[in-house]
Amino acid sequence: MQWARPIGNRSGRGVIISPELGHVALIIALCLALLQSSIPLLGSYLGVQRWMRLAHSLAIGHLVFVGIAFGCLVTAFMLDDFSLRYVVDNSNRSLPTHFKFSAVWSAHEGSLLLWALVLAAWGAAVAIFSRSLPLVFSARALSVLAMIAVGFGLFMLLTSNPFERTLPFPPENGSDLNPLLQDIGLIIHPPMLYMGYVGLSVPFAFAIAALLGGQFDSAWARWCRPWINVAWVFLTLGITLGSWWAYYELGWGGWWFWDPVENASFMPWLVATALMHSVAATEKRGVFRSWTLLLAIFAFSLSLLGTFLVRSGVLTSVHAFASDPERGLFILIFLSLVIGASLLLFALRGPAMNSKSAYTGAAREVMILTNNFILVAAMAMILIGTLYPLVADALQLGKISVGPPYFNFFFVPLSLVLMACLGIAASSRWRHTAVDVVAIRARIPVVLSFLLGALLPIPLGIWFSAAEYSIIAALTLAAVFWVVIMSLQDVRLKAQSVPLTRLPAGYWGMLCAHCGLALCALGVGLSSAYDSQRDMRMELGDVVEVAGYTFEFSGLNETQESNYRATRGVIAVSQGGRSIATLTPEKRHYQSGGQVMTEAAIDAGLTRDLFVALGEPLGGNSWAIRVQVKPFVRCIWLGGLMMGIGGLIAVADKRYRRRKKIPSMKRNRLVEPALEVFK
Amino acid sequence: MHAIRKQRLQWVIFTLVASSTAIGLVVYTLGQNINYFYTPSQIARGEAPLGVPVRAGGMVVRGSLVRDSESLDVAFDVSDGVAQLRVEYSGILPDLFGEGQAAIVAGVVDADAILQATEVLAKHDENYMPPEVADAMGEAYRQSIGSGGDY
Repeated sequence: MQWARPIGNRSGRGVIISPELGHVALIIALCLALLQSSIPLLGSYLGVQRWMRLAHSLAIGHLVFVGIAFGCLVTAFMLDDFSLRYVVDNSNRSLPTHFKFSAVWSAHEGSLLLWALVLAAWGAAVAIFSRSLPLVFSARALSVLAMIAVGFGLFMLLTSNPFERTLPFPPENGSDLNPLLQDIGLIIHPPMLYMGYVGLSVPFAFAIAALLGGQFDSAWARWCRPWINVAWVFLTLGITLGSWWAYYELGWGGWWFWDPVENASFMPWLVATALMHSVAATEKRGVFRSWTLLLAIFAFSLSLLGTFLVRSGVLTSVHAFASDPERGLFILIFLSLVIGASLLLFALRGPAMNSKSAYTGAAREVMILTNNFILVAAMAMILIGTLYPLVADALQLGKISVGPPYFNFFFVPLSLVLMACLGIAASSRWRHTAVDVVAIRARIPVVLSFLLGALLPIPLGIWFSAAEYSIIAALTLAAVFWVVIMSLQDVRLKAQSVPLTRLPAGYWGMLCAHCGLALCALGVGLSSAYDSQRDMRMELGDVVEVAGYTFEFSGLNETQESNYRATRGVIAVSQGGRSIATLTPEKRHYQSGGQVMTEAAIDAGLTRDLFVALGEPLGGNSWAIRVQVKPFVRCIWLGGLMMGIGGLIAVADKRYRRRKKIPSMKRNRLVEPALEVFK
Repeated sequence: MHAIRKQRLQWVIFTLVASSTAIGLVVYTLGQNINYFYTPSQIARGEAPLGVPVRAGGMVVRGSLVRDSESLDVAFDVSDGVAQLRVEYSGILPDLFGEGQAAIVAGVVDADAILQATEVLAKHDENYMPPEVADAMGEAYRQSIGSGGDY
């Protein structure tokens, strides 16, 4: 039957060769990374400029070869090359083209390759934009980045090679991409998240380079800030997208589960947020130097830990697809090497970098310290809750899981305190804040936000037919109004002395991100307080009322798409006799894997989402149906988006493009490193 | 005292107080919110506490799924290959739930040794078995071999 075969995977030579090409490219990239991790570092100690300069071209070469490898894997997916095991497991001829593309990073091997590609891209970006930096410093930072690349390159080649063949008997067709992952959310969520995760390797590399050089000043901090911001923006958007995807694709309407893998992405975010603030203090006032370095180390260590948790399969999680313990061991060893070595270096060099300036009780420095304290405390309690089941399992204390109430118990009060502090922090000053002035200014906002917080839950409760007055909503609203009013007041006061157009982009970015946080908190608080959900059995023609909306199960039909067949329910929604929307939730049956998937239907709105999902058929024309009204849930992701935009605005600040002090620094640094070794 | 030294002392005291409070709170809250996993065999032997949230898992026994004709109430058995556990649940079952497939249930074991589930989780990939279920099946298998070794 050879002749009846579609000519896809024998159409040309390129298909046959490209996986080998990718494999070879990966090996070359690893070799380049090995060179990059050693020669420039050595050069920086021996004072050989030529060796140090090599770092920049090696970094770009590394990107080119990892890029080729990635391109080869993409080609294999596009041309349905089922001689590759990875393609067989994650693709299928009938898969739409854009999903064939995103299938590249849908499982372990490919997502590692994406990780490596992103790391190489960050490395090349550092090489390109570090011309204004002292050569010794950029050479060392690039070497550190290359060490990480070596670790991941080895990991990929030794335990998880995406270019493994199924020859000599390649199957006719692949087993298909997991239907849950056949979604636009998956096309963008992982790359965004990885950009953030891996982006934190840049501040990490800078921190290590600073520790190696024993020099860490405000020029360093200023240089670091845009990189931290950009990584943070990607991480923020990645997490937001993930939450949104979970909401409509697999969550049955939930948007955060305190799932270990969600926690794994949230912990680096919390530390990166702390880092973003503390590095500002380091830049402006020269304080918290060693703390900033420690945060940079922790932020990246936590993203490595996240990779370990997701990829080793040690946890039961929505993200734990089939995985392999041997890989877990490799990452665990790599993780302990990275964390161990960098903490050792920190212990040796960190304390020497103490700060010299003093500040008083309510200065902005103290506010930033408070921010850092809260964020790190939140991270620590999430870390304990996430790792405890692992530790307990290893110690044979039984198989346990930590429930969401644990996380909420800590996280909710901590966030409220964080927002309470945030309101004052915006109007604090470096060095010294006049407490009495702030107290007078804060008087009206305090009263106003508490009043609004106390009163607004009454109309909201009536609107969403809540049974009783919600304390959660009241507290959330008070905190949200407090942050927003204080921010606006600060703008008004600033406008009295400076024209608004003169205020730096950094300021507007901060304002935007803070208001984004408030918006996100609004969504979280109100959607938890006024959420209504009904799971029920509905027969065709049945009508149900939820939170003032009438849902009528008015139709049922079948459709056929390229790779699945679906049963589609028609649900007409009305309010007070006025028709609002017609929702068509689906139950999909994927042909190749035989999997069943629920596709929820959502009528989205700023103030409420109407969410309908089909459960299972219960015989005849009746179905299990979930109906939800979720007030303000969209604000969660809009808030996340706004935080991200805030971060981007801050990056655009002109300050980061100013090149001052460089000549003098260059002179110092060129002589110094050679001396350091012999100190 | 010197300004910087005073700052440092305040910082140390603050850290001590805060961290000990935090550790106390974390330990207490963890104790309140952890759910232990039990295999159907363990529950059959009465090892699981009654009336406390627990988790259990195994393969859903073929032909055991019973649905109420009026509501969303369902009942089914999960097995680790040796013992079976009756599970009662009211609500929507996950997409990949099915007879002969692995499932994890969370809920409370009642006096009749029936697990009143508040949550049913199924695998989300056709090749994937939750590690707990795989371990439970392996454990039950080993024990059945062990007890069979008498003759």
